[in-house]
Amino acid sequence: MNNTSQNTNPKENNCTWKRFVAWVNGEEALTLPKHCISEKVEKSEKSKVRKNWEETAELRQKIYRILSIVICLSIIVMLLITVKELPPFGSSTNPASNEVVERYIESGLEETGAVNIVAGMILDYRAFDTFGESAVLFLAVMCVVILMRRDSNNISAEEDQEIAEDEEFEKEDSNIILKQIAAFIVPLIFLFGIYVILNGHLSPGGGFSGGAIVGAGLILYSIAFGHEKVRTFFTFRTFTKISVSCLLTYCAAKGYSFFTGANHLHSIIPKGTPGNILSSGLILPLNICVGMIVACTMYGFYALFTKGDI
Amino acid sequence: MHVNFIHNIPFFSIFLAMFSGIITPFIKNGKYAQRVNSAMILIVGIMSAILFLNVTATGESFTFMMGHFPAPWGNELRAGPFEALMAITFSVVIWLTLAGGRTFIFEDVLSEKQNLFFIVVNLLFASMLALIYTNDVFTGYVFIEINTIASCALVMSKGKGESIVATIHYLIISLLGSGLFLMGLSLLYDITGHLLMPSIQQSIFKLMQTGEYQLPFMVVVGFIVLGLSIKSALFPFHSMLPGAYQAATPSVSGILSGLVLKSYIILLIKIFYCVFSIDIIHSLKVTNVLFIFGVCGMVMGSVYALREVKIKRMLAYSSVAQIGYIFMGLGLGTHVGVIAACFHILAHAVTKAMLFVCTGGLVDVSDKKDQIRNMRGAAHKNLIAGIAFTVGALSMVGVPLFAGFVSKIYFATASLYSPGKMAATLITLAISMILNAMYFIPSVIAIWSLPTEKIERAPVEPWFAFSMICFIVLNFALGIFYKPVIRILELGIGLLS
Repeated sequence: MNNTSQNTNPKENNCTWKRFVAWVNGEEALTLPKHCISEKVEKSEKSKVRKNWEETAELRQKIYRILSIVICLSIIVMLLITVKELPPFGSSTNPASNEVVERYIESGLEETGAVNIVAGMILDYRAFDTFGESAVLFLAVMCVVILMRRDSNNISAEEDQEIAEDEEFEKEDSNIILKQIAAFIVPLIFLFGIYVILNGHLSPGGGFSGGAIVGAGLILYSIAFGHEKVRTFFTFRTFTKISVSCLLTYCAAKGYSFFTGANHLHSIIPKGTPGNILSSGLILPLNICVGMIVACTMYGFYALFTKGDI
Repeated sequence: MHVNFIHNIPFFSIFLAMFSGIITPFIKNGKYAQRVNSAMILIVGIMSAILFLNVTATGESFTFMMGHFPAPWGNELRAGPFEALMAITFSVVIWLTLAGGRTFIFEDVLSEKQNLFFIVVNLLFASMLALIYTNDVFTGYVFIEINTIASCALVMSKGKGESIVATIHYLIISLLGSGLFLMGLSLLYDITGHLLMPSIQQSIFKLMQTGEYQLPFMVVVGFIVLGLSIKSALFPFHSMLPGAYQAATPSVSGILSGLVLKSYIILLIKIFYCVFSIDIIHSLKVTNVLFIFGVCGMVMGSVYALREVKIKRMLAYSSVAQIGYIFMGLGLGTHVGVIAACFHILAHAVTKAMLFVCTGGLVDVSDKKDQIRNMRGAAHKNLIAGIAFTVGALSMVGVPLFAGFVSKIYFATASLYSPGKMAATLITLAISMILNAMYFIPSVIAIWSLPTEKIERAPVEPWFAFSMICFIVLNFALGIFYKPVIRILELGIGLLS
């Protein structure tokens, strides 16, 4: 294309034509310096452009800083004025105190079987949203696995050696106080976490908070006794198995419940007597599932960020 | 008991997509994960087609109760011709994009992480379906979260330094959008007391009559519209696109540009019609603001694209311009404008996904270099990719018989119904079309010009060729038989309000 046009076109010495040909060939963008494409001139001109760009960079950064402060301040002022205009907190005449809240409070116990109304709301009335939230956790930990789990892209031999040295160092360090206290406190943390999960439908708490407690216990155990010790009972395989099977249980149980509910079919899930530990239909198993997912996710984040593996 | 299976389709589609995402960690081999993924998308596509035929035959939309409790106590889904049409388009486009780009995916993503890649794709698809079908703004937010995390994960799945930087940029801007949207939602709940779209609308009508909470309401509208515009990369908030599309594997760029940005716009359209109602939006002058940004985006996106010498960045800026078109259509503030915008969502989804995948093929035969000057003669080496690129470029420029032409002519027609904006619309359409031609035609000439060295034909991959042919056929189908599509969009948008 270039050759033919140069041979046949009488304008071959014309700068504009050359530039046009270069542009059509994708060799040059329209906004680069306006001159013929001769190698030398182009280079010096390009560096000139770069110099200009660098000189203005500082100025632009200043403008960006000032602008960001101005924008943030104006949003803050706007939000403060808005908050002043909002309905007063907790007043009974608020728009939010309507038939929705009334039914949650008045018939929540009877309809869901959960003494803890919040558990009834998030795991029965609006269980679809909570399913989405558990999927967010699962997805987040999978993303961290994609990003951080050791592979040929993100770990070099040097880094591997450094990590190995660190582990050697940790083994020599006896950490006697930490180990003694952790040995005493970790079982208690686990016990408390399990209590919060299992009593989610009876008292404040539930899968999310209980799972976070269990996860924190796992992290403390791993800090005190070393990563290898945790790996004897909790590897990447167990991690995947637990989170996937919990989420699958959630998916299957709620799928069944949504299907029967929406099509007005009879559901075989009993509600039980409110107040008993085995009551409130699906809420208890769902709380256990959510709790396990949250615990695995918390520990998974910690392990992936520190060691690059679970 | 009678079970209406048609009404269960939205629920089945979302749960099937999530279910296949959840079981994929058990499948260690990426190839099998890919098969599960494509089977799932096919099933969802077929179910959506059944739903589509049904709702267009009856001409009605319905709501579906998610659980034992009727709205406003429980969650609810809503489906009509508009939602069904979008669900079909999304299934077809994502299936073809993944099928066409499968070799790139298996090359770019490390083999031990390929199954994780497909988990993310499945959950992304589920979240886009949920954004299409939801009738509850908070469910919308939950799935926006999934959508954001999944799209960032897809950008970084290549694992190279460049893609990590692009992901961080993408993540920051996406989170800014989600944050603003969430703040808007919580304020909206505070002044209306509902999360379900129709119930919020009732409360808003009441507020409008009593004149209470006018200022918070304006802030709410501003935050929600701003948040969703940032997430769909409206013009001044587009800076994350070029880096991300450049760094990601071709299928991912196609999905992100063709579908993910559109899913937020679809949610915005639903919020306009089902939450705020179009009259209130009009009286608050939101449409005018969107119109101005849309028009700026149309011109500026193309100007930025003109300055690019790398082909994927050029396509990314072209997406900015196309998003500008869609927002301009919404900004016209009329029924016809919204229909034109919806048609452009379809046309752009079909075209841009194809362009990104075939660009992957063209870059592959040019020694993996993506500057346009290195791609001379690439079309001769990979014929089908070259033809697909040409079709896509002509469609984006707006040549008759291609999909892009129909949406442009509908934008022009729609502008006649909003007198104040007619001149501006027509002039920018003309300028933008010329600019589009100025950057697309040279790249088409570059890939078709004969290189000096001998041409070596790259072997034709059957899946790539199949996907490209389907995309080309779809493009012509949308460009020639557009009448029924427009009629269905009219029906669907009419049912929303």
